[in-house]
Amino acid sequence: MKHLLSIEQLSREEIEGILDRAESFAEVGRRDIKKVPTLRGRTVVSLFYESSTRTSSSFDLAAKRLSADVVSVKAAGSSVEKGESLKDTVATLSAYDPAAIVIRHPYAGAAQMVAGWTAAAVVNAGDGKHEHPSQALLDVYTLRRKLGSLEGIRIWIVGDVLHSRVARSNLIAFTRMGAEVTVSGPPTLIPRGIEELGCEVSYSLDGIEQAEVVYALRMQKERMSESFVPSLREYAASFQIDTRRLEPRQLLMHPGPVNRGVELSGEAIDSPQSLISEQVAAGLVVRMAILYELLAGAEGAPSGEGEGSKPTPIGTPA
Amino acid sequence: MSLADLLDVRPGENAHLVLRRATVLDPVASINAIHDVVIREGTIAALASPGEADADGAEVVEAEGLHAFPAFFDPHVHLRTPGQEHKEDIATGTRAAAAGGYCGVLAMANTAPPVSTASDVVALRNLARVDASVPVGFFATVSRGMLGKELTDMVELREAGAIGFSDDGVPIANANLMRRALQYQHLCGGNLSLHEEDLDLSATGAMHEGAVSAALGLEGIPSISESTMIARDAALARYEGARVHALHVSSSESIHVLCEAKEAGTRITAEVTPHHLCLTDEVVRTLDARRFKMSPPLRSESDRQALIGALRDGTLDCIATDHAPHTLEEKEVPYEQAMDGVTGLETAFAALHTELVLPGVIDLGLLVERMAGGAEPFDLERPTLAPGSEANVVLCDLGAEWTVGEDGYESRSANSWCAGQTLTGRVLMTVAAGQVAFRLRSFSLGVAS
Repeated sequence: MKHLLSIEQLSREEIEGILDRAESFAEVGRRDIKKVPTLRGRTVVSLFYESSTRTSSSFDLAAKRLSADVVSVKAAGSSVEKGESLKDTVATLSAYDPAAIVIRHPYAGAAQMVAGWTAAAVVNAGDGKHEHPSQALLDVYTLRRKLGSLEGIRIWIVGDVLHSRVARSNLIAFTRMGAEVTVSGPPTLIPRGIEELGCEVSYSLDGIEQAEVVYALRMQKERMSESFVPSLREYAASFQIDTRRLEPRQLLMHPGPVNRGVELSGEAIDSPQSLISEQVAAGLVVRMAILYELLAGAEGAPSGEGEGSKPTPIGTPA
Repeated sequence: MSLADLLDVRPGENAHLVLRRATVLDPVASINAIHDVVIREGTIAALASPGEADADGAEVVEAEGLHAFPAFFDPHVHLRTPGQEHKEDIATGTRAAAAGGYCGVLAMANTAPPVSTASDVVALRNLARVDASVPVGFFATVSRGMLGKELTDMVELREAGAIGFSDDGVPIANANLMRRALQYQHLCGGNLSLHEEDLDLSATGAMHEGAVSAALGLEGIPSISESTMIARDAALARYEGARVHALHVSSSESIHVLCEAKEAGTRITAEVTPHHLCLTDEVVRTLDARRFKMSPPLRSESDRQALIGALRDGTLDCIATDHAPHTLEEKEVPYEQAMDGVTGLETAFAALHTELVLPGVIDLGLLVERMAGGAEPFDLERPTLAPGSEANVVLCDLGAEWTVGEDGYESRSANSWCAGQTLTGRVLMTVAAGQVAFRLRSFSLGVAS
């Protein structure tokens, strides 16, 4: 694997490989010194054209825990604001000879284009409404830890599917791992033709009680003005996941940030069946695993470094 | 009226040619046989028995095994003059047309600034008389500055020589303005070429709405954003007894509307592009904006099949390239940000021959007929090989394979939708309005001694 551009590109075996690697990093996080030397002396550039808390901080921290040098570039305050094209920005950053470029961009296919312009491994940290593969991997990781396997598990993805890269990547990842996925939301927010990705479509929450997992999507406030929904109040009345609609045995997930009281009720977020904090924690180890697979895995290992596949901590007393 | 009478071209020598033993195909004139095509003083003088025409000082082209067709006519190209000559100009655009076998093109008015005044039209016509390799006609905009608010001085524009009217690039959203233009047509004449799209329905869409847009997370442009506007304008044209031409029809819903309108006697003609006939939205999975982003978008396979059916039964009158040159910088950006449009003049015939004729989807005669079908909706004589006609001839080698872009382009831009593809069928020579407009460099000619 040279780049991580989409979930679409990954086989089930490749997904499992990354998740197994992430399991091994979970142990590193429990140590006092949470660092391994794998990427020592190598540079990871993170290039964010959109605001992000979770994804950018966890990629940065993941790279640091692997001992890489990290350069974070945000579009705001950079030469992007002076009108520099994506191609030229990538050429500039590539001059530092980075091992990896992690990119988030508001338009589909941006990561793929960047991969054509740089020798670095490219990680898609979200491209428009297209894909968000690291989110899907951490969600599968979270569920696999909780349930053992996704085989035959029924998952409902609820909300603004139309504008959600998370919905798309997760739908592909969940079905590839053997789950049965239903997407649910008002017809204005379900893209025409989505069922060809191998899911069921439901324009109401009727039947959600059959699901083992309910995955709620963020409902953006600006969707009202575009008439996708008449009001957030009306949306919440039909699609909010609350403790009345959520059965105690069901697991609840959300990619964050949550609009408390819109797509999820406060009690649902705070309920023990909510996996939202686990998802954030999983984000770190899964992103470590992604960088490891790309930069130090079988194909990506630099010659002469001689690191084994088992990460070893540094700073442990000899 | 012949092309030379109504359009503008750089004056040159009239052709004296004999195309020896050419396979001559002009389905409209019911010509399908091997002949010596004799061109004198820029006119088809005779279709002589093979090998029997007297050279009489003319250049003799050994055309055995080669095909001679009426040259093609494109009612929809963007020559980008004035204002965007870094993408294309009259010289490069008409060279591309000549290389594609065209004997005439009509240039759209969505330039910078748009062609909205008589002096704009006169200036362009004067430029064409210096720079154009093949005859060019110029559209003027329907609305002043293409802003969709007020009509241009349509009578004056026609008197200055505007071939017709079009706001191509943007639709005429205001139905009342559209109606006024149709009423005014009774005074000024000239067809109205319409970019049919409801921008509210297209919204921020970047590709056809369907399974592929759902998979890519690109916002969709539904087929009905086109078909509902064709329905509106067909109804208006019928009510006003006026005529319209629908540009770049792309969807099966639109074909349905066109069919009904034509059956009801509405004076509506329609064109289709080679890329909509050959490609579907599946190719957008590559997110290659340079080759696969245009307006209207590439649609589904069932739409493509409907277009092919409509090309056969005449619901679609002609093939037009919507040749839309753009620079690399405008295309080398993420798909949603890229400019709409692909070039097509140099590849239209070869691509359609390769994709539709060779696999047996349509026959050669139909392709030849529709490639020249774009003249009549604009009151121009259809190019023909009938003796006595102005010489508008394309000579093709139907067996020749070539790779698009390998030798560069005549066009100033390289955003060809079939860049890198190997096509079968190549234009060797084009005679336009009686003048030799193009010869393939590697095509050697034997001159009679």
